[in-house]
Amino acid sequence: MKLEDKKQVLRKMVLARRFEERCYQAYIERKIGGFLHLYPGQEACAFGVMEAARPGHDYVITGYRDHVHAILCGADPKAVMAELYGKETGCSKGRGGSMHIFDAPNRFMGGYALVGGPFPLAAGMGKAIQLKGGDEIAICFLGDAANNQGAFHETMNMAALWKLPVLFVCENNLYGIGTAIDRSTSVTDQYKRMCAYNIEANQVDGQDIDVVYDAARKAVDHVRSGKGPYFLELMTYRYRGHSMSDSRGYRTREEEEHWKKRDPIFILRDRLIEAGQITMDEFTAMEKEIDNYIENEVVKFAEESPEPNVADLEKYVLAD
Amino acid sequence: MAEIMFWEAVLRAHDEEMARDPLVICMGEDIGVAGGTYKATKGLYEKYGEKRVMDTPISEGGFTGLAVGAGFLGVRPIVEIMSVNFAWLAMDQLFNSAAKVRYMSGGQLEAPIVVRSPGGCAHQLGAQHSARMEKVFMGIAGLRVVTPSNPRQAYGLLKSAIRSNDPVFINEHELMYNMKGEVPDEEYFLPLEGSEVARPGSDITLFGYNVSVHWCLQAAEILNKQHGINAEVVDLYSLAPLDRAGIKKSVAKTHRALIAEEAEAPVGVGSEVMAIINEECFFELDAAPVRVSAKNVPIPYNHTLEKAAVPSAKDIVQAVLKMFGKA
Ligand SMILES: Cc1ncc(C[n+]2csc(CCOP(=O)(O)OP(=O)(O)O)c2C)c(N)n1
Ligand SMILES: [Mg+2]
Repeated sequence: MKLEDKKQVLRKMVLARRFEERCYQAYIERKIGGFLHLYPGQEACAFGVMEAARPGHDYVITGYRDHVHAILCGADPKAVMAELYGKETGCSKGRGGSMHIFDAPNRFMGGYALVGGPFPLAAGMGKAIQLKGGDEIAICFLGDAANNQGAFHETMNMAALWKLPVLFVCENNLYGIGTAIDRSTSVTDQYKRMCAYNIEANQVDGQDIDVVYDAARKAVDHVRSGKGPYFLELMTYRYRGHSMSDSRGYRTREEEEHWKKRDPIFILRDRLIEAGQITMDEFTAMEKEIDNYIENEVVKFAEESPEPNVADLEKYVLAD
Repeated sequence: MAEIMFWEAVLRAHDEEMARDPLVICMGEDIGVAGGTYKATKGLYEKYGEKRVMDTPISEGGFTGLAVGAGFLGVRPIVEIMSVNFAWLAMDQLFNSAAKVRYMSGGQLEAPIVVRSPGGCAHQLGAQHSARMEKVFMGIAGLRVVTPSNPRQAYGLLKSAIRSNDPVFINEHELMYNMKGEVPDEEYFLPLEGSEVARPGSDITLFGYNVSVHWCLQAAEILNKQHGINAEVVDLYSLAPLDRAGIKKSVAKTHRALIAEEAEAPVGVGSEVMAIINEECFFELDAAPVRVSAKNVPIPYNHTLEKAAVPSAKDIVQAVLKMFGKA
């Protein structure tokens, strides 16, 4: 990654972090309903991979922790926030909600709530790319615990068998809700499971965007060059609870502090400060500016947008 | 108009659509090199190759989901699930992904897939190979369900299903693949919504679908010849949505209704048709509608027990005579 690009990435990472923190607040204020799964702590994963991929060109699919992935593909933060508010201007017209953000024009093919559900959907997109002969790839971001679903194994077998152009990114944050990985999963290193399917795999630090980026470059090149699927495991951590109702009683505060010392945004920030690309003051000013943008544009847009019309309740069930 | 077998009609629809559109593909267990359990894809592998005629692993959930994902990008997959009993494993992808994606994306994505699968009771296949699952599928918003009773419908419905932008489940029957019937020589599409009058009549409407249409037709002959009752038979080839107007029209004419279904009665096609009759034409009725359904048991292996579990034309005749006070 070029230094100049990194500055842009840092800015967008801060935006992603502040966006999610603002969602937290809006949830407390009951502006956002349903389940809300936030991304802080894991930013380097999606950013590193998407920096190596081609957002808007490659097809991306993920689970319910999907706001940041959508924005990274090109979704307007205003439309994402409006979706969380259930508004007609939301990117899924208020019909989806937090777990179902969609932005088809930017090839963000959705957030899905069934753990493991997107695996075969990603393989199918790979199949379609293969049939149509494009140079896109499909990227599937999911968690560690999703790998214990049957769909995972069925998909890996098919993806390898048919050499589908799919990059599977496993964001291993060590927990599936409140169950630690070693309490749910016999083989805790997820990349090792790929030898069962003859799929190339790697495991790297998911907190350092430079490390993620380098690994993702190799992975993306592999997939785009027609060599078949790739499995990239990123070791990471989510700061907040699984969703909003989670008081994190299953893990220690020491463990949390340990991971926060390796914050993906601070790692990148400090590296850029050291390289003389940015000063601490500039960083603080940037944070402020982003907060203003989120407040005065993103949240304002969501607040002021209209509700969907009840008369349209039965729209979008079937094709017209 | 040529007489062809049911499987040949299904095959012809595949072949024509695959020849027309390179994005129409088919997939399933043993459909390619082996030619399909019921021959419905015979010869396609040789003609279109392994990229478009995919022999899948035994991963019903996986390959159905794969079809849905391919559908997002404009591919039109025709999925064969070897038997509806195995379709339970694909339910998650069909219900949670295919049926809901248009809605939850606010109309941005769609899953134009076709899933065909034979169900029903064949010859002593036992409890795990005799399921009738149409009633499970027809209650899911966002999914279309059709069920052909003859080769013409099989051809015309599959043609329409492939062109449809909605996910369509086609409920076929294990016993019907060798049934012969006339299919138009020219290209033919049967709309995915509607019903057909299979036999006009005036005294009672016998509603059937798929195999039970044939029981109704047999029963109507017996009723006419032996009991002087002129029954109308309505073929409900579309189960989701059901043809409310067609149901109403026939009941308004005959003033009596019987629904014959191969499946168990609870939460079934019969219950749904009865509800529609109640809602649409209650005051047209001269008698309470009845259902002729399977017994509410897992289908037994024993030949006699199996026969006793599933209804027949005789049961329909009995039920009609009872309704007319003749039994
Ligand atoms: C099929 C299914 N089972 C259970 C759940 C409930 N559930 C939601 S998220 C989750 C844990 C998933 O953990 P992981 O895959 O590691 O993703 P993370 O949330 O850690 O990013 C569970 C059990 C679900 N949504 N879907
Ligand atoms: Mg996890």
